[in-house]
Amino acid sequence: MFEIAGIREIVKPENLAYRKSDLLTENVMSYCPGCGHGTVHRILAEVIDELGLQSDTIGVSPVGCSVLMYNYIDVDIQQAAHGRAPAVATAIKRLLPEKFVFTYQGDGDLAAIGTAETIHACNRGENILMLFINNGIYGMTGGQMAPTTLVGMKSSTSPAGRIAKTMGSPLKMTDIVATLPGTYYVTRQSVHTPANVRKTKKAIRKAVQYQKLDRGTCFIEIVSNCPSGWKMTPVQSNKWMEETMFPVYPLGDLKTPEE
Amino acid sequence: MEKELRLMKGNEAVAEAAIRAGADGYFGYPITPQSEILEYLMEANPEETTGMIVLQAESEVAAINMVYGGAGCGKKVLTSSSSPGISLKQEGISYIAGAELPCLIVNVVRGGPGLGTIQPAQSDYFQSVKGGGHGDYKMIVLAPASVQEMADFVDLGFELAFKYRTPVMMLSDGAIGQMMEKVYLSPQKKRMTTFPDWATTGKKATRPRNIITSLDLESNGQEIFIQKLQDKYNLIKEQEVRYQEFQTEDAEYLLVAYGTSARVCQKSVQIARAQGLRVGLLRPITLFPFPSKRINELADHLKGILSVEMSAGQMVEDVLLSVNGKVPVRHYGRNGGIITTPEEVVENLKSIFIEA
Repeated sequence: MFEIAGIREIVKPENLAYRKSDLLTENVMSYCPGCGHGTVHRILAEVIDELGLQSDTIGVSPVGCSVLMYNYIDVDIQQAAHGRAPAVATAIKRLLPEKFVFTYQGDGDLAAIGTAETIHACNRGENILMLFINNGIYGMTGGQMAPTTLVGMKSSTSPAGRIAKTMGSPLKMTDIVATLPGTYYVTRQSVHTPANVRKTKKAIRKAVQYQKLDRGTCFIEIVSNCPSGWKMTPVQSNKWMEETMFPVYPLGDLKTPEE
Repeated sequence: MEKELRLMKGNEAVAEAAIRAGADGYFGYPITPQSEILEYLMEANPEETTGMIVLQAESEVAAINMVYGGAGCGKKVLTSSSSPGISLKQEGISYIAGAELPCLIVNVVRGGPGLGTIQPAQSDYFQSVKGGGHGDYKMIVLAPASVQEMADFVDLGFELAFKYRTPVMMLSDGAIGQMMEKVYLSPQKKRMTTFPDWATTGKKATRPRNIITSLDLESNGQEIFIQKLQDKYNLIKEQEVRYQEFQTEDAEYLLVAYGTSARVCQKSVQIARAQGLRVGLLRPITLFPFPSKRINELADHLKGILSVEMSAGQMVEDVLLSVNGKVPVRHYGRNGGIITTPEEVVENLKSIFIEA
């Protein structure tokens, strides 16, 4: 793995205000500055660490920006074909039911090419946690239109903005899976402010604990940003996300267990 | 323990053999002419007895990716389908080969291209032995010619898959899948309790995390990996060639045929010999690795070779490569679900090599 020159000089013990989880590896993440993926990785690793589940966790990484998740989180991970993570995770959980199994997918992976696998894993109520990072764009391939791209939003394959009549409207997968009897806990969160990071971490922690109950699929959408793909600074991207993404993808629980 | 004798369809034999082989999981999707495999397993409900998981997936694509997930955990897993469904699985098979995962894929072949027919054919030879999916990979391809072999090759398939960390395909066809024959079934094996050290079973403090992937963005690393795969395939070519010969000792003409066609050709050999023609048969049992060396040796004493397939001529190309011009090689086959008769084969052998 490459390393940013001089980073070890900066990250001296006396300079540390916060200590990362041991479950985050020393590898420098390949994510762009300001991207939400790193934050989601961090809180996911923290939850697994805090619950003492490292030896009981198997993750499934997607195709897309987070394809290399296995370089960053120190748990056993299978890297799935584009869109197929829920099918891969289905077999892992069925064959190793005592393990904590999660999938991690972007919007192109989960809501376009993997629509069938997503819906059917949820419909069977597979006892897994599905993490869905929705930034409304294909990040890794260079900013193409995703099924979740907003109407009017520009991308490299919708240069004049997405036109609903010819390109469809934003696909709300989280709303769809919330209607299925197989899902147990469905929520939409974000990681763009410290308060939201805490809420998302709490949601992940709940979902991990629900898996022990074997009641069905837990599905967490995280509305996130893509400063590079959106051609904005990180700060601009977060502001734009709040103003433009959240009205279409409102944060909050869509389905909570009756406790 | 004694083997149990049963009268079964080829498809049922695969299903029963999978349970008895101690398989951990089967993931399938209905398609004619192989749906009996999924139906038999659902009826048998082995989860209650051996703990084997049986799941009907939403598509062939999902099923092969379930196989990927299960195989990545070091489990003994299989799927089955028929030609159009196997086409859908090709992406997953390529990933499985690229991630070096062991598994068994059963193809009960029907005619095509496209939706084709539900009748038996052997027109998926190229897809099975030349790649099928993308990239520089091969898989071991076993060609059963009886219901007994459909059962036996489940165990053999798993054995080879784990030995080489590679997908193994059983290339059957609609005739063998659907016909009933007596079959001796092996006693029940226990499911594995220990798993390969590369499997994702949860990271222990004693080992680094296990990663199942086919990705390497560094060109040098990717090239080294692909070379490693080729070394494995070369080892398989050296060690795993399987074939059967019938009356080849004094043969002047050789039939080369696998699966259902090989059964037809056994009769053709008898008919030809009764007419005074010295004809033999070589039946490849492994299509990859192909018995090229043996066919080349036999060619030294032959006047001609006829490749008999229920296809427009696919395996004939490997026969041609095997003999490298030593003797004339021709193809005879029927398509569209039609099974050639033994007499037709003899007539064509005569008209191609003797009367011409």
